[in-house]
Amino acid sequence: MIWLASIILLSALAGLWRMSHSPTIADRLLGLQMLSTTGIAFLLLLAHWQNNAVWRDVALVLALLAAVVTVALVQMLRRRT
Amino acid sequence: MISTVLFFAGWAFMLAGCMFFVTAALGLLRFPDLFSRLHAVTKIDTLGLGLMALGLALLDPSWRSCLMLMLVWVLVMASGAVNCQLLARFNLEQEEAQSDEAATRHRPGKGDKPRVS
Repeated sequence: MIWLASIILLSALAGLWRMSHSPTIADRLLGLQMLSTTGIAFLLLLAHWQNNAVWRDVALVLALLAAVVTVALVQMLRRRT
Repeated sequence: MISTVLFFAGWAFMLAGCMFFVTAALGLLRFPDLFSRLHAVTKIDTLGLGLMALGLALLDPSWRSCLMLMLVWVLVMASGAVNCQLLARFNLEQEEAQSDEAATRHRPGKGDKPRVS
């Protein structure tokens, strides 16, 4: 279980790296998408691993926020330009 | 018997999901332009999360957790599809705006090559 969790965290790190080193702003938002998806997977894995159902609720909230945040940011950027 | 089959099937699905996550990370880091990166991340990530949720649902077969996992997966699938289209369209708009700006700033002269689009 810990190996799966560390693999997922490594791919989350890839998303984080893409967020910090990227040419365009769409790339940064793409890194955010990757980070949120791997975060959700890690939280679901944690819920099974620690046998604690609270992490599943946290993953659901993170999924809701990740569904909204890119749409909101793209709307804001469009309005600004 | 059934429980061992469920156990091994769940672990196999979870391993496959992890492999898909690694593939998505590699695509995100190595692909040359934004559209291929979008393709890599939004599809393969969603597939990896779906496989992982399926494996966890097989390992932990209570109704509440299965419903929760399915809800999370549906949300991520919807947001992945929407975000892919939205980011691609936003990037196209930005590129078009930049090329328009460059075209108005740069008057075509004698020695210019014809633009190939």
